[in-house]
Amino acid sequence: MKHITIDVLVIGGGPAGLAAALEAKKQGVQEVMIMERDVELGGILQQCIHDGFGLHRFGKRLSGCEYAERFIQQVKAHHIHVKLKTTVIDILKDKTVFAMNAEEGMLKLQCGTIILAMGCRERTRSQVFIWGTRPSGVLTAGTVQRYINIEGYLPGKKAVILGSGDIGLIMARRMTLEGISVEGVYEIMKSPGGLKRNISQCLIDYDIPMHLSTTVVHIHGNNKLEGVTVAAVDDKRQPIEGTRRYIPCDLLVLAVGLIPENELSAKMGIEIDPKTKGPVVDESFMTSVEGVFAAGNVVTVYDLVDDVSITGEIAGRGAAKYLQGKLNQDTHYQMIHSTNLINLVVPQRFRKNNLENHLTVYMRVREEMKKVYIHGTMNDRVCLHKKLNIVSPPEMVVSNIKKEDISDKGDITMAIERG
Amino acid sequence: MKQEFTCIVCPVGCTLTVDEENHQIKVTGNQCKRGLEFGEKEYTRPMRILTTTVKIEGSLHKRLPVISKGEIPKEQLHQCLQALYELSIKAPIKRGDIVVEDICHTGVNIVASRGIEPLIND
Ligand SMILES: Cc1cc2nc3c(=O)[nH]c(=O)nc-3n(C[C@H](O)[C@H](O)[C@H](O)COP(=O)(O)OP(=O)(O)OC[C@H]3O[C@@H](n4cnc5c(N)ncnc54)[C@H](O)[C@@H]3O)c2cc1C
Ligand code: SF4
Repeated sequence: MKHITIDVLVIGGGPAGLAAALEAKKQGVQEVMIMERDVELGGILQQCIHDGFGLHRFGKRLSGCEYAERFIQQVKAHHIHVKLKTTVIDILKDKTVFAMNAEEGMLKLQCGTIILAMGCRERTRSQVFIWGTRPSGVLTAGTVQRYINIEGYLPGKKAVILGSGDIGLIMARRMTLEGISVEGVYEIMKSPGGLKRNISQCLIDYDIPMHLSTTVVHIHGNNKLEGVTVAAVDDKRQPIEGTRRYIPCDLLVLAVGLIPENELSAKMGIEIDPKTKGPVVDESFMTSVEGVFAAGNVVTVYDLVDDVSITGEIAGRGAAKYLQGKLNQDTHYQMIHSTNLINLVVPQRFRKNNLENHLTVYMRVREEMKKVYIHGTMNDRVCLHKKLNIVSPPEMVVSNIKKEDISDKGDITMAIERG
Repeated sequence: MKQEFTCIVCPVGCTLTVDEENHQIKVTGNQCKRGLEFGEKEYTRPMRILTTTVKIEGSLHKRLPVISKGEIPKEQLHQCLQALYELSIKAPIKRGDIVVEDICHTGVNIVASRGIEPLIND
């Protein structure tokens, strides 16, 4: 078995991993390596051919692959080691990593620090429970995206989409452009899951109807999908009798959510937050295992790749500081709590003396609210009070709390206050 | 005439109201200047960025993603797509290489949105 010693090992070559590796290198770490199971770097971005990426970072509406390539070129220019077609299969608490690829077989790596950047995976049919047979033609949106945009297959002629998140909406447009007729987008919730701009430019532009409070209740067909039955649902998400409707189709696209990919993290004993489904992280995106950091969708599902890249940079900086012995680990953690209108917060805790200028807090709200204040308190003192015109579940709320407004002791509680 | 649009320039997605009176177009509801410009254009002549893929030969990937270097009038999108589906490109290609110049006389170039290496048989 081949042995490798490395300062920073980044697992996953998506935007989070690329940004993390680059930042660690820029901070002076000698040996940085990215390990990626795919044939190329870029992660999910390589199949996202639509524009709208990088508006914050580059001030331009780039396509996903353009955004990725800008980072990949920098990674190359900075002499970061890259191992493609290599899958990490186990991580031990002492930062030993086992990986394998077809050429070298098993690899054993001894790492100074590890950055987890494995991204997320899509929910499948078995996780949303739909009655019926198991024919071909039931695919997740990401799979359809990969088939159409990279492999050049058209997986159907007439499609029904379940789920109105951004990925579902973008696939509605993409399939229409490729000549697949999209019958409609069905959403079990009362409000759409995706951003307004995507409803406008992906559905309204192409006259694709969206049906809210409606879901797919049955799948028909033996070998090949022949159709689905949809039904309206009540407040308890139960199908309402008399609203069932049969739709003939040969493709059912499931866009029913993403889950952070944390099998490896959980197995090595990293504490997982049941709300984010990712590791509990601190201000440097370090997990509960010392010297192991996490970034991007492995932590929680971000919607914007700009945010993913920022978390990669935070983790990369943290990893470099850790190696250089500059990361304070003596003081106790202060926690970040949230009240009931906020579903989740990242990071969940912090050490004040590791902060540079501010603490960036990512939050996801439970429902759409207009004219609200994002309100942070600490020991009954206000540390953040900012007006927001609108907050909604599809869009992460990002707020910076100034270091000087943070007390040395006590926890932060984040709340949304209606205006 | 009064019309409502969703601004698609950034993820905020402001609801814009465009009002026309005596050939004066007034946009409200925008949170920034970019929305103003979008509202006016959406009302007079809606434009979109076109992204799709074209066939590529001699590489590991079967499709090359392409993007329009500027916005294309919405009503011409379909025509441009048809022109692109006729194409077949040969690898290698670099990001930014022009795939079609002045597509369908829109004055807009279609460029490769990633680089693709040729297939090396090993
Ligand atoms: C189908 C789909 C469509 C999306 N569409 C959009 C969109 O249109 N716009 C948008 O802003 N965001 C979109 N997203 C969100 C997108 O995931 C993030 O913006 C961003 O790509 C996340 O970056 P990441 O680096 O965290 O993860 P990823 O890009 O998912 O990268 C993770 C990488 O880790 C690798 N990996 C995982 N496990 C291992 C292992 N054990 N060993 C080695 N390598 C491993 C994977 O192969 C992958 O390359 C989409 C996500 C999905 C799943
Ligand atoms: S008006 Fe400005 S802030 Fe609002 S969606 Fe458009 S670009 Fe974004």
